Parts: sequence; structure tokens; C-alpha cells
Amino acid sequence: MRRPSCGSKKKRVLETGPAPGAVAPRRARFNDAQIEMSHGAGGKASRRLVEGLIAPAFANPILAALSDAATFSLGGRRVATSADGYVVRPLRFPGGSIGELAVNGTVNDLAVSGARATALMASFILEAGLPSDVLRAEVEAMAAAAARAGVPIVGGDTKVVEHGLCDGMYISTFGVGEVDERLALDPRSVRPGDKVLLSGPIGDHGITILLARGELDLEANLRSDTRSVWPFVEALLEVCPAGLRWMRDPTRGGVATALNELARDSGLGILLREEDIPLRREVRGACEVLGLDPLHIANEGQVIAIVAADDADRALDAVRSVTGGEGACLIGEVRADHAGTVVGITLYGGTRAIDMLVGDPLPRIC
Amino acid sequence: MTMKYVDEFRDPALITAVAQEIARTVDPARHYRIMEVCGGHTHAIYRHGLHDVLPGNVELVHGPGCPVCVLPTGRVDDGLAIAAQPNVVLACFGDMMRVPGTKGTPLELKARGADIRMVYSPLDALKMAQDNPRTHVCFFAIGFETTAPSTALTLLRARELGVRNFSVFSNHVTIVPAMRAILDSPDMRLDGFVGPGHVSSIIGCRPFEFVAQHYGKPVVVAGFEPLDLLEGILMVLRQLRDGESKVENQYRRIVPWEGNHAALRALATVFELRPYFEWRGLGFISQSALKLKSDFAPWDSEVQFEVPGVRVTDPRAAQCGEILKGVLKPPQCKLFGKECNPEHPVGALMVSSEGACAAYYRYASTELRVEEEARA
Repeated sequence: MRRPSCGSKKKRVLETGPAPGAVAPRRARFNDAQIEMSHGAGGKASRRLVEGLIAPAFANPILAALSDAATFSLGGRRVATSADGYVVRPLRFPGGSIGELAVNGTVNDLAVSGARATALMASFILEAGLPSDVLRAEVEAMAAAAARAGVPIVGGDTKVVEHGLCDGMYISTFGVGEVDERLALDPRSVRPGDKVLLSGPIGDHGITILLARGELDLEANLRSDTRSVWPFVEALLEVCPAGLRWMRDPTRGGVATALNELARDSGLGILLREEDIPLRREVRGACEVLGLDPLHIANEGQVIAIVAADDADRALDAVRSVTGGEGACLIGEVRADHAGTVVGITLYGGTRAIDMLVGDPLPRIC
Repeated sequence: MTMKYVDEFRDPALITAVAQEIARTVDPARHYRIMEVCGGHTHAIYRHGLHDVLPGNVELVHGPGCPVCVLPTGRVDDGLAIAAQPNVVLACFGDMMRVPGTKGTPLELKARGADIRMVYSPLDALKMAQDNPRTHVCFFAIGFETTAPSTALTLLRARELGVRNFSVFSNHVTIVPAMRAILDSPDMRLDGFVGPGHVSSIIGCRPFEFVAQHYGKPVVVAGFEPLDLLEGILMVLRQLRDGESKVENQYRRIVPWEGNHAALRALATVFELRPYFEWRGLGFISQSALKLKSDFAPWDSEVQFEVPGVRVTDPRAAQCGEILKGVLKPPQCKLFGKECNPEHPVGALMVSSEGACAAYYRYASTELRVEEEARA
């Protein structure tokens, strides 16, 4: 185990109060008449649904943070829990399958909350007529992914619905883990000057699924990036536990949506240098052809971390030293100006606002 | 990570060189208003932050070349009325899915059970009809001369194959009459045009000659990469400096001066001009849209289906027309960013990502949106 090379091992005390210039985050209202696909796409409509309809009914202090995982104290320890449903079509795609996603997705929601998954549970909704071999393959894929992530699947549930009432199979997973005591991740701890670290090229998962549907006459040598991101988090924890302010795995809605949420919750601005954002040629080409912004495309194996400026280089080296993290980059920084928004610096020094995902470019990608 | 035919036109060094040449060409004492006609240009300008590269006295006015934006609400209602008929699939481009009719967007109607599917080409819709012979597939056709030829070829193919469970609801429009309408408008304040690259690849450059000859305004047909656009703007500015007005072609690698004869022939075989057609934000413009010729009546949705055909006016507060003509900029509209935003567009230009207001909202309105958040 490597020794921490910076920061202190004692629990960091959260700097109190909102950042200078912060505006109180505004929670969305939900007035939509019916549920649309966009409510599941992870962008603005999803935010309205959760903040406007679901969260008010369940209102409690733990839920109020509305982060990837809920963290609370249990027997004197900080525990993170996360639940996630998986409805991807097709069930299998280059680089992964619904079973692998179901394990990695929940492991990752815990990881970016600073918790290594201790145990997972899985609930299956199966469609009558689903070939047993398909289910067997997914259960085996889950077992393999869980083994790779070092987490046991300790329980679950199965239900079967009539043929035609679900698309083969849906999986929900629930996970629990212990939050690393050195961490105090909070959007309000983010400060102007902090750097934005991204663990690798974006958009692989979303574009892979889009192409795997076979509805476009496009082919590319691309694979989903689904994997556990815990090794990245662990590497960051080793080198800069105190300088690690906030993390997110940018799934539905992509990097743009995750950073817009941070901008809103912190009351600060995020400035991204577009030339520094890692992107595979194939993803870029597909996005150019289809008119999509790679910053809105889903990832299933990347982390965005906000790290203190002094720790940024060490943090970058640490992530790059992890297998699969070679493509990590510092893509921007936190600013006091542009409060509440994400701004891109284009190749030519121009600026553009980078908004959350509006609508739904890619239905059912996870 | 280079992309052939893209990165050559995004080279920061070349961009800087053209930007400097633009700065040398403009008269600092003069204000320039140049309209980029095409929505693809508008999107590219905001996407690449090109307004920051131009001198402050060169103002870009965003034109009517966004087919989704100029589609009147009544036509959306008509298309959705077809979708509501039993045993009908309405196939449309992804851009259409969030365009609101009076009873909701195609996406909302789909969520309520209407069979509305997104296609990437009219040929996909035809194939859908062939694969589902007991269902009628109606293709909701939109677009300028850029997309009209593919609709025409699809109809020729449908006739050749004898596919009878397929029809086209044509909302194709033509760009030249819209430019003429803007030029004839009394509050028009434009100095020149960046002409539409994709449309011109079909119709060529000649149809724009009236702009130079009768109205004395330069037109430069340009491509969609940052370098194309800046070069096009530079060519307009040079004409203005030299007191010239002519049609020039910056996009020679794609646009032949005389256009694409095969595509034009297909258009002439299938379509004829409507006497008049309504444009959102601009009103009725004569001979500005395409309908199917009577030979193609069996494939014409407007013949095969009863549609309400009711005109729906935009809310009076929406100032789309003024923005289209360059009289106002998007944030100067009373509704911009408030009642009218990309999730709930009220006016035409907020509808598609190529619309001036949507592009402005998405890429340029940082300060405004912060104010909006703070107000709420």
C-alpha cells in the first residue's frame, strides 16, 4: 500500500457555510402532466421529477443532499447506501451487459461518495418468455463483475411479469459501504481555484449503446467503459484525502449535467477547456455526425473529481497510475465568476455556456 | 485524435489568422449586421464561441434557416392528428420530437400511446412501411432543399415498389422566398448574408443573385466549420469595404455553382410550389413551400387523411419575427429565458438547437441565466 504523499490522515473538518458568492440552490418544481422518456434521461427533467415530486414526499435530512448515494451514521460509523435500476436495451453490448452495469453502477455510486462497496443486493424483474440462457448469462456477468469489484451479492428478489410487459429483464441493485473516514465530500467545500479532474475519455458507453441498437448505419470500434471506479477513488484517497472536495460518476446526462449540478449546489462557476477534454476519435466522429455533445453522453466507468489546486498534479498522477486511468486529464477549474454555470473555453478562446442535458438524446442506456 | 475534413477547418492558428484579417478589414467607425441564413451556421457560431473571435462592431443576425423553427404550430397539429388515426405510425426526424403542437409535443403524444417513431432518413420510414404491411406509415417531412431531395427520392422509390401503406406529410420549404421576405421587410437592417451551405449544395449559388443585384447586398455561401464561417464573414466584409455586392462561394469543396442536377430533377418530378405557406415568425410567404404533385396523390398524407388545417398563432408577446429580421437580439425578447426556454419553447426560435434563441440560451446566456435563477 502506498503511503499518502500529501494531506493529512485525520478527518477533514468541513469548511462551514456556503462558498463566497454562493446563491442558495433552487429546487425544481414538478408540474409536468405525465411521465416522458426525458424524465429518465438524467438531465433537467429528471431533476424536476426527483426534486419536485419525489423528494418533497420523503423529505428528511439525509435525502436532502440528493447525491449519488445517501450517507448517514450507523453505530458511530458513516455508511453510504445506493439503489439503482437498470433497463438498458440491448441487454448485451460491446464491452458489457445489463448485469455488469447493474453491479458496477451501484458500486460506482458508492465509490464517488467515498465508500467501498461492502455488500450488494439484486432484484430482478423478468419477462415471461425470457430464455433461461439469457438470464443465466447475466447472473454470471453480475457474479464476475462483483468478484472484480471485490463485493459479495448477499440477497435479492425475483419477480416475473407477463410477456410484453417488460423488455426481457430489468435489474435493480442496492449497495452499502462504509465511507472512508478521511473524506468529507461536499459541494459546499469546493473553492475557487480547485481543479476538475476527469479519469478518462468520455462518451464511450452512451455511443456504444446507440450504435449497438443497429438503428443507425454507423459502425465504430467502441466498447462501453463499464467498470468499477473504486480503484480511481482509492488512488485519490491515498494521495490527497484532504484535497478531494467532490466526486461524481458522470452517467446519464454526462459530464455537463454532473458539473452543472455542482455549479448549482456550490454557487460557483466551472470553467472547462474544451481542448483538454479527453475523447476518442470514434465518439467524437459519432457525435459530429449525430449532432450530439459528448459532454451530454453517458459514461459508466469514469470519475470527475474536484481537487484542491495544490493537490491537482499529484491527484492526476495517482489516477493515471491506475490501470484504465492512463487517459486522465485536468479539464478545467472552479471559478468565483460565472456563478452557478458551466462555461467552456473553445479552441479559439471563445466561450460557450455548457448546459445540463435537455430532453433525451439516447433512451434507456443503463 | 484528428478528424479528417473537420480538424483542417478548426485549426486555431488559421482561425486566428482569419480573425486578424477580419479585424484589419472592418471600418472601426461602422457597425456591420450580417445574417447567417442557416440554422446550422447559428449553431456552429455559438458552439465554437465565434462571436468572441469577431470584432465588437460585427454583429451576426440569425436567419430563418431552421426548418423546425419556422414550422407553424398548426402544421404540427395536423401531423399529430394523422398520428392519432388508428393503425398509423407517424415517422419523423428527432428534431421534431420536442416541437410543441397545441395538445403537446410528438414525444408527449407518444408517451400517451400514439405510435410516433424517430427515423434518421425518409427511407427508414419507407422500410418501416414495407416491414409492416398492415400499418400505414406517414413520414412527417420537414426541411429546406437540403432534405427535400431525400424525401423526393423516397417517394419515387415508393411508387416504383408499389408501396401503398406509406405517405408523406410535406412541410418542405424553400429558402429564397424567406430571404426575399426579410429583405422586403421595412425594418430590415442587414448589410450582407452568409449563404446556406447545405441548401446551396442542392440549388447552387445562382438563386441568390437577386440579393446582390436587386438589393445590393453581398452573399457568400459558406460551410459549417469555424474556418468556413469566418472566411465567409471575411468575404462579406471585403465586399462591403470595396463597395461591391455579388454572390461568392466559400464552400466550393461541397457546393457546385449550378447546384446538384440529379437532386433538382427529383424535386421537380415529385414536388410543386404551394401558392403560399405560413412561416412561424414571418407569416405567410407566397411560393415558399413544396407540396406533392397530383401524380403522387396516393402517397400524399394531405390527400389521404383529413387534417384539421387550423392556423394557430404564436403568443403575441413572442417577438420571433423581430429577432429573425435582426431588429432584436434573442435576450431582448420579453419571453426569452422566462416563459420561453428550450424545455418549454413558446416561440419558433427556441424550438430546435439550430434556432437562434435556443442556441443563444444554450451557449451564450450565462449571465442572463444566472440572473434568472437568482430572480426565481
